[in-house]
Amino acid sequence: MLARRIEAAGIPTVVVTMMPLTATQLLAPRVVGVEFPFGHPFGQPGDVDTQRLVLETAVTVLAGAAEPVTRVDIDREWPQPRGEAYRAWQPAEPSPIVALLLNRQGRGSEDRR
Amino acid sequence: MLVDSYRFLPKSFIPLYENPARIEGEDQPILTPFAPRLADATIGLLSSAGLSLSSEQAPFDLDGERANPMWGDPGYRVLPHELAGRPLTMSHLHVNPADIIADHNVALPSDRLDELVAAGRVGRAAPHHTSVMGYQEAGLAAWRNETAPAIVELLRSEGVDGVVLAPV
Repeated sequence: MLARRIEAAGIPTVVVTMMPLTATQLLAPRVVGVEFPFGHPFGQPGDVDTQRLVLETAVTVLAGAAEPVTRVDIDREWPQPRGEAYRAWQPAEPSPIVALLLNRQGRGSEDRR
Repeated sequence: MLVDSYRFLPKSFIPLYENPARIEGEDQPILTPFAPRLADATIGLLSSAGLSLSSEQAPFDLDGERANPMWGDPGYRVLPHELAGRPLTMSHLHVNPADIIADHNVALPSDRLDELVAAGRVGRAAPHHTSVMGYQEAGLAAWRNETAPAIVELLRSEGVDGVVLAPV
């Protein structure tokens, strides 16, 4: 994990992530969780208020975390319905690894709701 | 509110993430103390969106990933903090790039960092930020032995006190 490599070199890090549980399982030093669709760690385009909230939380955790694997989640709901946001974050075509996995699993469309 | 880490993940992929394997040698917690006051600190940004300057830098290698789905370009790009008038290319096959191209602050919030500096919350923005492609399971050796040390060297050379990393 890149955050850990940078941290081990003596530079503090914080990870802003849609998957804070995974980041803490991998022992990221500081984690800020957002319940946003992939590709949007700081919010929607033009949503200055949310982008600033996430960044300000991140630097606050960066500067103030007293213990390793500190996690702080952001209490802000994504403004689109889940299904709409789920479809919107996905690329026009499945990524090469996803296409490979879907092909192996024998399901071509189940997850592209 | 606790974030549901799997809310936007395809359901069939959840088992792949429930028990992630820790990398050898990275099985202990680590924390480097943040020494300065935040109001005096230099902050850098690092995005895994695969961003490059459209007219000045080569994009990340997507053809390599298409040819080998288990591979991701392990390189990195150094981006100036001031991005006005310098369009970005996003090389990433795993997410829809439209919103990040529309507003780079979605993934690399340099304008928001300027506002925190102007408000006195943060001392200054690093002169440069970095971007990687993020998808690195198969390229881990180059990632660890070349890319990570090079990024650390850049951060040190610019006196960066802390980094905000944002995977996409």
